[in-house]
Amino acid sequence: MSLTRIYGLFLRHFYLITRSFPRILDLVYWPTIQITLWGFISNFFATHTTYYNNAVGVILTCAILYDFLFRTSIGFNMLFLEEIWSRNFTNLFIAPMKIGEILTSLVITALIRSLIGLVPAILLTSPLFGISILDLGIFLFFLFLSLYIFGITLGILVSSGLLRFGPSFENIAWSTMFLLAPFGCIYYPIDTLPELFQKIAYILPLVYIFEEARNILINQTVDIENIYNAFIWNAVYFILSIILFYYSFNAAKNKGTLINMGE
Amino acid sequence: MKSLIEVRDIKKNYGKKEAVKGISFKIEENEILGLLGPNGSGKTTTIGMLLGLLKPTSGEIFINNLKLEDNRIEILEIINFISPYIELPKKLTVKQNLYVYSKLYKVQNIKERIEYLSDKLRIGELLNSITGELSSGQKNRVSLAKALINEPRVLLLDEPTASLDPEVGDFIRTFLEEYKREKKISILLASHNMSEVTRLCKSVLMMKNGEIIDQGKPDDLIAKHGRTNLEEVFLKLSRSKNEFN
Repeated sequence: MSLTRIYGLFLRHFYLITRSFPRILDLVYWPTIQITLWGFISNFFATHTTYYNNAVGVILTCAILYDFLFRTSIGFNMLFLEEIWSRNFTNLFIAPMKIGEILTSLVITALIRSLIGLVPAILLTSPLFGISILDLGIFLFFLFLSLYIFGITLGILVSSGLLRFGPSFENIAWSTMFLLAPFGCIYYPIDTLPELFQKIAYILPLVYIFEEARNILINQTVDIENIYNAFIWNAVYFILSIILFYYSFNAAKNKGTLINMGE
Repeated sequence: MKSLIEVRDIKKNYGKKEAVKGISFKIEENEILGLLGPNGSGKTTTIGMLLGLLKPTSGEIFINNLKLEDNRIEILEIINFISPYIELPKKLTVKQNLYVYSKLYKVQNIKERIEYLSDKLRIGELLNSITGELSSGQKNRVSLAKALINEPRVLLLDEPTASLDPEVGDFIRTFLEEYKREKKISILLASHNMSEVTRLCKSVLMMKNGEIIDQGKPDDLIAKHGRTNLEEVFLKLSRSKNEFN
């Protein structure tokens, strides 16, 4: 692994973001709108239902966590799509970069993109709604880490599809998170789902993460098993995504997608 | 003379379609080899295989005595490519793009390298311009600077002067001649511009339907086919039914 090359690819996206005010605005705008909206919804539920009245910030905290996951995943896909849209894809793949270096650089860049968007939004929640996500304590770090790994995993899976099938896979890139959201039990307990959906939900790390966030905020207890299960499933999906990416890269070399990408 | 590129009987099939049907050739150090052929003859597929973007169905490619299949990264460090069909990130300045690619190719003395190429390719005044806002002639010179950023020993050129006005086209050809002479690099030039090929190439390969149908020095081919220039030879071969093997 070459840190110089990883840094080089990071710079390509760093320059892109910092050169354009609309791009920075775009990164900050949606999380802020999303969190403001869920802040008011959260306040409404907290005053009108018994389930949430012990923990005013449950919905808003889950909204912030979900937005972080969404931004990480979409951010990773965007980095890959930028190369296709700018017709730079071939230049990138004829540079002496190992697949691991490309992925590492995109993983770091996706994190920075997500944080640029999310940090201002999180800072807004305290003065606007009197809620601090830091109420999750040290476990906030593990929940964020788990979501980050899953977001990256989804990004790698979608990028594998882009490599294998080309730009026509772009629409799938935008819709992945929406497909998984109902099974993630982001805003409701898993018992809300029909039995079949619950079985699907239990093989995703999301349900453990959001169940645990609610558990900490509502019951003021910590169930380590939830965090443990989230990491186990994350590890499974992450390894599968890396294998699939390498498989797609080789398939693209057989099919010729790499040389025709962007046309 | 040392061969920098050696292609041994490579084939590329897409399903049942045979895009390249077992071609072999060598490019020596300090040589420009022309790759000619009508659209769909297999030129781009051949270049894609040399760049490691496409996996040959069979056959072997050696670059600088290294087998491409087993030494992809080492080979990509000494090779580069320019084509009008690929571009540099449009929103970055020229200098940012050259800096990014310097990092990707782990170039030492980046500042000096960019200054050298800026001077040689007359892009010094463009360094702070947005790449996407350049004219096609300017973009072409910037892309060439990117393609030379790693001081490649092998340069693959796909239509390097397509859509350029005659003045810029001549500047690029003169530059390539001088650069090759100075650095002793090997160049594979795919082009539809026959006067360009005649001027630059020591020898040419004529491809059609995935096969090499003729090869030799431009003057020898012109004499062999009883024509007055390479364009006439090209037309004769592309309209024929492969009887020239």
